[in-house]
This record gives sequence, structure tokens and C-alpha cells, in this order.
Amino acid sequence: MPLLDTLQTANFQAWALLLLPLIVAAFILVVTKRWSGISSLLSVGSALITLLLAIKLAAGGDSTEIGSLPWIDLGDTFRVDIGLKVDELSRGMMLIVTSIGFLVHLFSLGYMKDDAGKSRYFGGLSLFMFSMTGIVLANNFVMMFIFWELVGVSSYILIGHWYHKNSAAEAAKKAFLTNRIGDFGFMIGILLVWVLTGSIFFDEIQAAVGGITNMALLNGAVLCVFCGAIGKSAQVPLHVWLPDAMEGPTPVSALIHAATMVAAGVFMLARVVFLIEAADMAAEVIAWIGGITALVAALMALQQNDIKRILAYSTLSQLGYMIMAQGISGGSDAGMFHLYTHAFFKALLFLGAGAVIYACHHEQNIWKMGGLRRKMPITFWTFAIGTAALIAVPFTSGFWSKEAILEAAHEQHMHGPYWLGMIVAFLTPFYMTRLVIVAFLGGVRTEESANAKEVPAVMWAPLAVLAFMALFSAYGFIAGPLLARGDADVGHFFGHIGLTAILSFIGLIVGVAGAFFLYKDKKKDPINIPLFANKFYIDEIYLGLIRIFQDTLAAFLDFFDRFVLDPVVVRFPALSVMSAGRFLRIFQVGNVQAYAFYFGIAVVALILFLIL
Amino acid sequence: METALTLNHFLLVSGLLFAIGLAGVLVRRNLIVIFMCLELMLAAANLTLVAFSRFNVVDGEPAYDGHVLLFFIITVAAAEVAVGLAIIVALFRSRETTDVTKINSMKH
Amino acid sequence: MTFLFYIFAAFALIGGIGVVVNKNPVSAAFSMVLSFLGLAALFIQLNAFLVGILQILVYAGAIMVLFLFIIMLMDVPEEERKRFPFFTFVGAGGVVAGFVALLVIVLKRAEIGTAKLVPLEKAEGVGTSDVHRIGELLFSQYWFPIQVVAILLLVATVGVVVLSKKELK
Repeated sequence: MPLLDTLQTANFQAWALLLLPLIVAAFILVVTKRWSGISSLLSVGSALITLLLAIKLAAGGDSTEIGSLPWIDLGDTFRVDIGLKVDELSRGMMLIVTSIGFLVHLFSLGYMKDDAGKSRYFGGLSLFMFSMTGIVLANNFVMMFIFWELVGVSSYILIGHWYHKNSAAEAAKKAFLTNRIGDFGFMIGILLVWVLTGSIFFDEIQAAVGGITNMALLNGAVLCVFCGAIGKSAQVPLHVWLPDAMEGPTPVSALIHAATMVAAGVFMLARVVFLIEAADMAAEVIAWIGGITALVAALMALQQNDIKRILAYSTLSQLGYMIMAQGISGGSDAGMFHLYTHAFFKALLFLGAGAVIYACHHEQNIWKMGGLRRKMPITFWTFAIGTAALIAVPFTSGFWSKEAILEAAHEQHMHGPYWLGMIVAFLTPFYMTRLVIVAFLGGVRTEESANAKEVPAVMWAPLAVLAFMALFSAYGFIAGPLLARGDADVGHFFGHIGLTAILSFIGLIVGVAGAFFLYKDKKKDPINIPLFANKFYIDEIYLGLIRIFQDTLAAFLDFFDRFVLDPVVVRFPALSVMSAGRFLRIFQVGNVQAYAFYFGIAVVALILFLIL
Repeated sequence: METALTLNHFLLVSGLLFAIGLAGVLVRRNLIVIFMCLELMLAAANLTLVAFSRFNVVDGEPAYDGHVLLFFIITVAAAEVAVGLAIIVALFRSRETTDVTKINSMKH
Repeated sequence: MTFLFYIFAAFALIGGIGVVVNKNPVSAAFSMVLSFLGLAALFIQLNAFLVGILQILVYAGAIMVLFLFIIMLMDVPEEERKRFPFFTFVGAGGVVAGFVALLVIVLKRAEIGTAKLVPLEKAEGVGTSDVHRIGELLFSQYWFPIQVVAILLLVATVGVVVLSKKELK
């Protein structure tokens, strides 16, 4: 039957993958806003269907460019389509997005059960799924940029879900504005790429890269494009929005700010890896920024007390790793590999934190928890597995991907980023173990943690699935379909027990032991480093800078308005009109003979004019 | 017989008469006298018209179109005087004066 | 002929001056009549017989009579001289002097003014006087302006009647 045949085509499936969440979001907004139960089920259903579609597409075979709808067509000079590109890279990414997306949807059914804005929340989630799919499947820069912005909007909606809380509204605004700054650079980068290669389609750019001779412009273009990644993936200096974004509901943090949206920057860089490989200077800058971000974020995480903030800084740090990997050229897939493994275990950690927060009645300070190991066993063990993957305990997925990155750095002789990554490998186990010890082990500290009990099945089932992935996602049967170049498999690294592996293992032991030593059975934090706790005061510096800029601009405009505009544009015409009026009024004497006199003068003047 | 009269003579007379009328309009204060000077100016213009009509000889005759125009001018002047005087009478009734300098309520 | 011209021109001008100078409005009116007589004579010298007669009939006969009626009806007093109206004289004198000067200049420059007054050689006969000619023109070429002027007169009559009404209490 023709309908069934259409449904089977990859073209239809890819477009359905993109558009189904949008339709669901629109439907929720317009029709089912009042019935939150139906909205949530619709949203979860669409997430499930997109997951199945993604699996189907991944099994489908080789790279296909699905139908492309022409949007702007200016002939040879400029062309923009709305089209989908389904190759290994996007297929793998789609699997990640839809699988974690579905698990988060499921978790949200439990977490947001009693929330007043449930319909709005699920509509926002569906909108996000649509936007993220658009970024992954886009076949040209401009379309990717459009969906880039859409993802920012979805993030804004979801971070500010509890909008009546002032901190949440401020955080949403901050996220959007910071992203916007990055996007400005991104736009310029896209334009520069178009200038250099004449096209904005990824295929055509890849074909034209070899012919670019203006290296300075190419480096500049790549750096500008990287600005978008700096904003979206929260690198230093635009990292300030991610910790504040924790004001949103925890499932949102898991989906958007751990697994998918922040990874979009890394994905974008992987999409245009051919550009980065051609621009050596820009690649080095990218690697350094990644390394610096990883270090700074890890330092800041050492002193945070909110469970979600610690995880947020940890995300920042790991994103730094990924960006660093993208800057280290050499044809390896290490960055995307780490993105996939990180997506699983970070989502697991966030959802676990969500379970903890839910059980402790929305308490988020780790010093007010404790002894949760016995109260919430499933949560504890899954959280522990996630932590193990994060700190790169050998043979977990995180171990393989982190090693891949450090190995690549070593191979490419990029020593600065290499040592930055190594230092972070010492710090990460330390702060994560601190978190686990304080929140889960030891004695109960407050009444809330005393009353905590395990979360319902709809919430721990996703945790279990993610824990499995956190342990095993590095191995071939899962990693194979995920990775574009197919060779970043476990087998590739097995024979490589070199200096890097030994050093990071030492770092792991030192970090864990140190944390146990310092934090076991403590009632409050024994170390106090204000610089780290206050996030290096970066937020305050930015605020000060903005204030200075605004004040000068306002002062200048005031001066201009008062001394230039007011006299020239306002006073002068008014004054001249009044004076003219006053002058002409003199002639209105009311005496008829005077008027006849004016007449006579006019006649004489006229005749004079005619004869001269 | 030929005369030494030229068009200029007539035009000069007409112009001078017009100037006198203009002076009268500007100098006198009595409304009615001003009006009379106005008529004087009109009559001076009439003279110009007749002079030109006479000096535009067509087939041995003056151009009678000018005379026709004059006919109309005189008619209109009569009508104008009638209405003008009616206005002056109405004005006199309300203001009790014909001194034009006292009629200045339009003064700013 | 020339001599006659000068006499009648003098009448016209002196009459005009008389209008301007006389304080008594009745005297001014009479000077006006004298001026019109002079003008009419000049018209006749220019072979404009009908118009000349019309001038006396309508202008001097009807219009000036109307003026005199009004003067006497409203009992217009003599014009008193207030303080010396310096600015008025200066202004008026200036304008008039300028006008006259320009007049002279223009007349000197224009060539057309030097045409001489030549007796007309036209056919004599019954239907060739100027009255006939003007009549022909009026009723053939200028019939429409006649209608318009007729209506104008009607309007003027109505207007005068309306304007002269006293306020109805």
C-alpha cells in the first residue's frame, strides 16, 4: 500500500523525527493546556516514537541526504535550504538525544507530578526535542543557526519554568543573553565561511576547504564560529549561565544542561571538523580554551555546597574536555566519544540528584543530607556507578573516553592542554567523592534526610537504564553505531597502557583517598577557599563591566540630548517660528489704508522687477 | 489731419490720474472719499483701454473689442459702487463714524 | 486737436487733484464730476463715442449722484485734521512718486507709445458707426458676458437690499 510504503521511507522517517515533537508542542499549547495528564502522556509518547524512529534510522545503513526544501534561493550567490542530513554523525547524536530524552520524559512524569505548570513543562520539553533534532539533522549552517536559537528559547522557557521565583527568571534571562553574545560571533563566523567558500551547506564547504588560501581569514572564521560553541557549551568566558541554569527543574538540567544542548557546541565543531583541521591556529586556541575551562570549573566545584551546582561545574569541566578534544586535530573521534559517554553518566547523575532532592522534599544543600545510602539504595548505587564513570574508574565508559582524549593530546604534542587535562583528572575524583560521601554516607544530618525514602519506579527505572549505559556504553556493540568514524572502539585503546593511563590512575586514587580522609563523618566543610566558592568572582566582574558600560553610554546620551539635540532640533525651530510670527504680526495694523499702502509698494516693486 | 498726439500722451495722462487716485486712497481718512478715489483709479484704467483700442486700427476701424470691454467695466463699476456704498452705510450704522483710522478692530 | 487734448487732460487731472485735496466731501464729489467730464472728452477725441457718452451717463450721472446721496444721507462731516500725519504723507508720497517715475521710464522705453494719432479712413455709411459695431460685437461674440453681467447686476441689487436692512428686533 502506498501509505505504508511512504511510512517506510527514510525521508518520511527523518522528517517525522524532526516535526513530531513540534506538532505535539503546538497541540499541547493550543488544545490540551488545561489537561496536564494528557499533555504529559502526549509528550512522553512523542519521545518514545522519536526514539524508535532514531533507532530505525540508525539501522538503516549508509549516509543519506534526505529531501531538502529550498527556502532562500538567490541563484549562484546564496542559497539556504531547510534540509536534513542523516549520516553517521547525526544518527549517533540522534540516538543519544532521543534515548536520554525519552528517559528524562519518563522521569519527569514522576518528578513533576504535583507541579502546577505541568502542561507548560511538557510543551517546553517537546519544543526542545524539536529544536535539538533540528540542530543535529541540519544540512547547512543557517538552518543550524535557526535551530541553535530555538534551542536557546526552549532553554529559556524551561529554566524559567518556575517563573514566579525571581532567581529562576533572572537565570533564564542570563542564559539567553549570554548565549546571544556567543551567537553574534557565530553569525559572523557563518558569514565569513560563506565568504571563503561561497556556500553554507556542509557538503559544499567540505569540498571547498582544500581550495582556501587566505589562512588568516580562515582562522578568523573558525574562531568566530567557535564563539557559538563558547556560548552554547558554556566555555570560559561565557560559562556564567550554566550554574545559574540549575534553577530549572532537575530533569531539565539532566536533559538540556548535561546531555544535549550544551553538547550542541561540541557537535557543531564535529560537524565542521574539516574546517578546524584546516585552521591550525584556531584549533590550538580551541584546545586551550577547553583546557582552561576544564581546570577553572573543577576548581570552582571543590567548594560548592548545592548538589546541582557541583554537578553543573562538573559538566562545565567535562565540556572543557570535549572542546579540548575537538581542538586537538588528528582525525580521532575522542571528543564525540566523550560526549556520548558523558551524556549517559551525567544524565544519570542529574536524575539521581533529582531523586534525592525529591525524596528530601526539595532540599539541595549536601550538608543537609546524609545517610541516604540506607534510605534510598537504588538511587545510591546508580549514583555511585555514575560517579565511577565520571571519575574514570578503569573499564567504565568514562574511563575509555577520557583516556582517548588525553591520549590524543599526548599524540599531537599539545602539552599545555595535556597537563591541564591531567590536573583536572586529579581534581575530579576529589570533588565527586566529596559529594558522594557527604550526601550519601555517614550519619543523618537533618530531619528531611531522615524521612527520605526510595523514589517510585517511574523514577528509578530510567536511573537503572542509564547506569547500565554508563558502565557499558564504551564497548563496541553500543559505541559502533554511535560514532562517525567507527574506529574509536574499546579495542583501539586496549593495547595502550602508557604513561597517560598510569598517571590518571594515580590521580584517581589520590583524589578518592584525599576526599575520604578530609570529609568522612564531618558536619561541615573543613576546607574553606572563598575564591573557589565565589566562582572566582567572575559574575561580579561582569556585572561591574556592564554597569560601567551602561553608565558611560547613558552619560554620553544625556549630554548629547541636553546640549546638542535640545537646542538644535527642538528649541531652534520653535524659536525661529515664534520670532517670525512676532515679526509678521507687526504688519497687522488693522488699518485699511496701511494695507493699501502695502499694495502700492508691491505694485511698484513688481513693475520695477519687470523692467529691470 | 495728422496731429502730434501719440499714444504716450494718453498713457501718461492715464497713469498720472491713476497715481493721483492712489495718493487719495492712501491719504484721505473719510471712507467715502477713499471710495471715490478708487473709482478714479478705475476710470484712469478705462482711458488706457480706449487709447489702446484706438491705436490698434483694424481695417480702418479701431478695435472695438476694447470698447466692448469698457462697456462691461462701466457696468461692473456701477454695481460695485452700489454694493460698496451699501456696505459703508451698514458700517456707519454700527460704528457711528466714517473715519477709517477708527475702524481698526482687526489690529493685532 | 492737440490743444484741445491738453485742455481736457488738464480738466481730468485737476479734478482728480481736487478729489484728493478737498476736505468737504461734497466738494470732492463735484471735483470728481469735473474729472469725469474731462475723461469723457478725451474718449470722444479717441473716436470712442458710445463709451464717452456712457461715461457721462453712468459714471457722472448715476454713480456720482449715488455718492452725493449717501454723503448727504449720512451727514458726513468735514474731515478734521488731527496732528500732522507725517508717515502717511511720506509713505503715500513715496509710493506715488515711485509709480510715476516707473511710468515715465516704461513709456520712454516702449516703442509702441510713439504711434501717432492718425485720422481713420473708414467707410462711411449707415451701419458703420461705432454704436453699430459695438452692438454687433456684443450680440454675437460677447453674448455670454452680457448674460453674466446681467446676473451680476441682479446679484448686486439683491445684495444692496439685504445689506441695507436694519436689524430685525
